[in-house]
Amino acid sequence: MTLPRAAPRFLQPVTALRIAIIVTVLASWEALAASGLLYRDVVPSLVAIGKALFNLLTVPDMSVQIDMLGINTAFTIPAIYWHLYVTFYEIAFGMVIGCLTGLVVGIALGSSRLLRRAYEPMLYYLGPCPKIIFFPVMIMWFGVGPGSKIAMGAISCFFPVALNVAGGMREIDQVLIRVGRSFRANTWQMVTKIYLPAMRHPIINGVRIGLGVCLIGTLLAETKLSNSGVGFLVMQAYNLFNMPLMYALLIVLFVIAIGANALIGRLGGLDDIKRR
Amino acid sequence: MSAQAITKTRWFPGVLGIGSFIGAVLLIELFIRLGLVNRFIVPLPSDIVWAFPRVIIEEHVFSRFFLTAAEAFSASILVTVFGVAGGVLLHQFRLLREATETWVAAVAAAPLVLIYPLYLVIFGRNAITIVAMGFTAGLAPVTLKTLEGLAGTRRVLINVGRSFNLTPWQQFWKILFPAALPTIFVGMRLGLIFALINIVGVEFLINFGGLGQLINELAERYDLAGTYAAISFVILISICVFFLTERLERWLRPVE
Repeated sequence: MTLPRAAPRFLQPVTALRIAIIVTVLASWEALAASGLLYRDVVPSLVAIGKALFNLLTVPDMSVQIDMLGINTAFTIPAIYWHLYVTFYEIAFGMVIGCLTGLVVGIALGSSRLLRRAYEPMLYYLGPCPKIIFFPVMIMWFGVGPGSKIAMGAISCFFPVALNVAGGMREIDQVLIRVGRSFRANTWQMVTKIYLPAMRHPIINGVRIGLGVCLIGTLLAETKLSNSGVGFLVMQAYNLFNMPLMYALLIVLFVIAIGANALIGRLGGLDDIKRR
Repeated sequence: MSAQAITKTRWFPGVLGIGSFIGAVLLIELFIRLGLVNRFIVPLPSDIVWAFPRVIIEEHVFSRFFLTAAEAFSASILVTVFGVAGGVLLHQFRLLREATETWVAAVAAAPLVLIYPLYLVIFGRNAITIVAMGFTAGLAPVTLKTLEGLAGTRRVLINVGRSFNLTPWQQFWKILFPAALPTIFVGMRLGLIFALINIVGVEFLINFGGLGQLINELAERYDLAGTYAAISFVILISICVFFLTERLERWLRPVE
């Protein structure tokens, strides 16, 4: 007996529908671009966007000088990589500061009933506030350079991490905590040997949410006041009315944001939890 | 009453929380007065308190609040109509759901607020941009929650509907929709919060509209006490909205 052969992947109904939706959207976009119904260039053709994306990623238009071990090297690179680097280190520093403080505060709140009841409501209700409103304060505290953007990222990231860690602490199996105590583990050992391994998933989840909001906080701050970073490039494209470039930048940003989100989820094993 | 007994009372944590907040504020006041903190960077907390009436009266805080509230309300209506309709559509057509659910989830996770310069070009620097941004940010969570609510309807309820030979229309309005309503409300609340965050944020960024613009204007005037007062006011408003919608959600949620 021969088993019926499965249809090729692209002929499966779900895949076919996906392809149909993508083709329809792209065709509608192109038709709208050609029709001129919206203002000229607000909806540029896909070819123009593709060209802008290609130029953005490949055409070297910024000279960089590196002085290493007394050897001065100068070369040109596409400017986007420099701006991505600036945004990346702002986000990285913001994440490190926000995650570490969130972790410490979360562990403190999660391990004490009194502290939780006294301070967690403050974090819980402050968490959903629009963090960008703190940007003027951050400028006054840390200046107009990368410091204020790092601070914005750190503030944005702090709340989801702290709340997730505090929640995760309460979910830890009491048996594990009693085992740690029966071995007379000190606070540091309890944190590193019991709490952190047992809270891996809530921490990763908090970091994942934190990364999303940190990215938003940092980039929005860049769009408001900066002279480098991807947010600055977006505003430059807006000021020059270079719409294909703006679309290209947004594509790059969304790919990075969604990719980073998926990567953290996969590294943290969140997909495994969902499948179980 | 011993110290240990006091810490175990119901009111002690609340008093401790509020007390430490007041203590921190007083400490900052002291540090600034002693010159340990630069008063041109951090204003005196007492100045911030005194700035409240000035900001409320001179900066027309209430009319700004109503403007932001109107924008948030418009965005929420749009989010509810299109988000719930989208969720129902995805629930009714299984193939469409399987093809696009991951896309909707990806959109929900994407930093959509970054497209505000694009909306500025399309709609101009006006309230439509702000409402459109709120709508864009809140749409995906409402769609996903509506879908989750409808898909999570208990099998027994659907079977009861079938045993009464209900038409698909009746099945939807009498069984599926009422059963999914609490989850849909969770989505609506999420959508409202997302919309509000983005609306205030975009108001601040494009310097147009209500409360967000107020913060930007005061900061540009270097009115430190006023800026801090306006920020405190926005925080207070968002806490109130969050608290009220949370209470409403609890009230709507069926007893487990």
